[in-house]
Amino acid sequence: MTDLTNLGVKEIRDGVAGGDFTAREVADSFNVAVAAAAELNAFIVTTPDHALAAADAVDAKRAKGEDLGKMGGVPIGMKDLFATHGVQTTAASHILEGFKPQYESTVSQNLWDAGAGMLGKLNLDQFAMGSSNETSYFGNVNSPWKKDGTNAAMSPGGSSGGSSSAVAARIAPAATGTDTGGSIRQPAAFTGICGIKPTYGRCSRWGVVAFASSLDQAGPMARSVEDCAIMLEAMAGFDPKDATSLKMDVPNWEAALDADLKGKKVGIPKEYRMDGTDQAILDSWEQGKAWLRDAGAEIVDISLPHTKYALPAYYIIAPAEASSNLARYDGVRYGLRDLPEGAGLQDMYAATRAAGFGDEVKRRVLIGTYVLSAGFYDAYYTQAQKIRTLVAQDFEKAFGQCDAILAPTTPTASFPLGSLNEDPLTMYLNDVFAVPASLAGLPAMSVPATINEDGLPLGLQIVGKPFDEQGVLNAGLAIQQRSGFEAKPDKWW
Amino acid sequence: MSVTREEVAKIASLARIRMEDAELDRMVPELNNILDWVEQLGEVDTSGVEPMTAVIPNTLRLRDDVVDAIPETSGGRRDDVLANAPAAEHGFFGVPKVIE
Repeated sequence: MTDLTNLGVKEIRDGVAGGDFTAREVADSFNVAVAAAAELNAFIVTTPDHALAAADAVDAKRAKGEDLGKMGGVPIGMKDLFATHGVQTTAASHILEGFKPQYESTVSQNLWDAGAGMLGKLNLDQFAMGSSNETSYFGNVNSPWKKDGTNAAMSPGGSSGGSSSAVAARIAPAATGTDTGGSIRQPAAFTGICGIKPTYGRCSRWGVVAFASSLDQAGPMARSVEDCAIMLEAMAGFDPKDATSLKMDVPNWEAALDADLKGKKVGIPKEYRMDGTDQAILDSWEQGKAWLRDAGAEIVDISLPHTKYALPAYYIIAPAEASSNLARYDGVRYGLRDLPEGAGLQDMYAATRAAGFGDEVKRRVLIGTYVLSAGFYDAYYTQAQKIRTLVAQDFEKAFGQCDAILAPTTPTASFPLGSLNEDPLTMYLNDVFAVPASLAGLPAMSVPATINEDGLPLGLQIVGKPFDEQGVLNAGLAIQQRSGFEAKPDKWW
Repeated sequence: MSVTREEVAKIASLARIRMEDAELDRMVPELNNILDWVEQLGEVDTSGVEPMTAVIPNTLRLRDDVVDAIPETSGGRRDDVLANAPAAEHGFFGVPKVIE
């Protein structure tokens, strides 16, 4: 029998349904692979029993001839930002260490209802704040990839770095991610996998630890466009418990996948040609255009004039929302409490938050508190929200000329852990191409394009119109079919 | 605009995060770097532009006007609510004494 851990979502689902192997055999194989990959530090906790129980339920259903679900028999990794009933949920923070939710997030419940099982909770940047997976209280995540000829630990990207590392290392066929300003797409690009952030509101935020609520969206990370389509179908859907949930039917994205782009126009935004972008990235962008042209699309030049302001606007809006959302961590209701001898309530709050938050989280809470404070609110926050409107209008106008947009996912390939820590700003620039689509709430996907001269993967990004995940997935499929990307990291863990 | 050490201490206090001197010293230039960088937003003429409130057009829904319409977010779950509290006493959250 082939090594089951090499299989993706579709192959596992179809193989289990067809009786080629049992769901339990699949879960067993991945549980073993997860246990043997501790050096990646991709998981904060592992839940082999959850994976086995879900697998047994699927096998029992098959024996009875029942429907196995969209993800029947597929064990996945769950980013540790999703509340899972009775299983520690930390957002990779000390302040939530030991927190065991008494409820299940909508997205994870949807996945279990679709027949998936959980291999464990995946490491991430603390409260999803970071682009390298170096802000987790539970240690850095290592990418399975190495730069050719070096042994340095590489960044799997962030914040969904446990997810990207696990999927790239083939210790999970797929994983959930969340994307606030690139946290699905950038790690996917860094590790040679696919990841899609759907339109804001497609996936319920209920039970997802909140970072910046007007931006946060969950999405799948997997090794193929088809696998992402399948898993997104299982994750998405209207949820009355989330006030911003979209009341729309979930399309059958998998069935409608079509890489024929005849009659489609793909826009190339000239403002994405930025200083500091690697030549190899620019070359892969050119290659991407050629692939989409080959798939039948017409390539058109477009302009998104406010692109350069998207990232600074994001670094006002996201911290502002974070400072508000993270006010709930007070040492009273859940999580850590630090009560110094003789301290009163206010001192307890301050001591608890000092002990429980990491540096990057504190930095963003302070920035957010500052830009929302009296006297500065209009100059910073209102101005940023106006610029957010302009960024969204740029896209709206561009979509008058094209059906989708092609751009690089990141300005560089992955970098060694620890190499960008000196200055928070250089780290923020990682998301310069990812943030605009987040500010506009648009569906956006990263697909692997090629391997650079250092042996590291590069990704291409497709941004679509609101609600047009299908168009994004189809363009992604066209790239996937032409890139022939099959590179995988050599196993060192 | 840049912030002084005193201002950062004030912000930290508003945010209820205790900061030691060394941490404040480190934070001040980091925050100023970020604030200097976001300053460029001032270049953009935003007169007549509405600040974004909802990124995807959506209407606020009203739930059914019945008690416990959505069980997970309704009442009657005291023990669940208290299950993760660092100090739960007599069915309440325990906090340090706040009234003399």
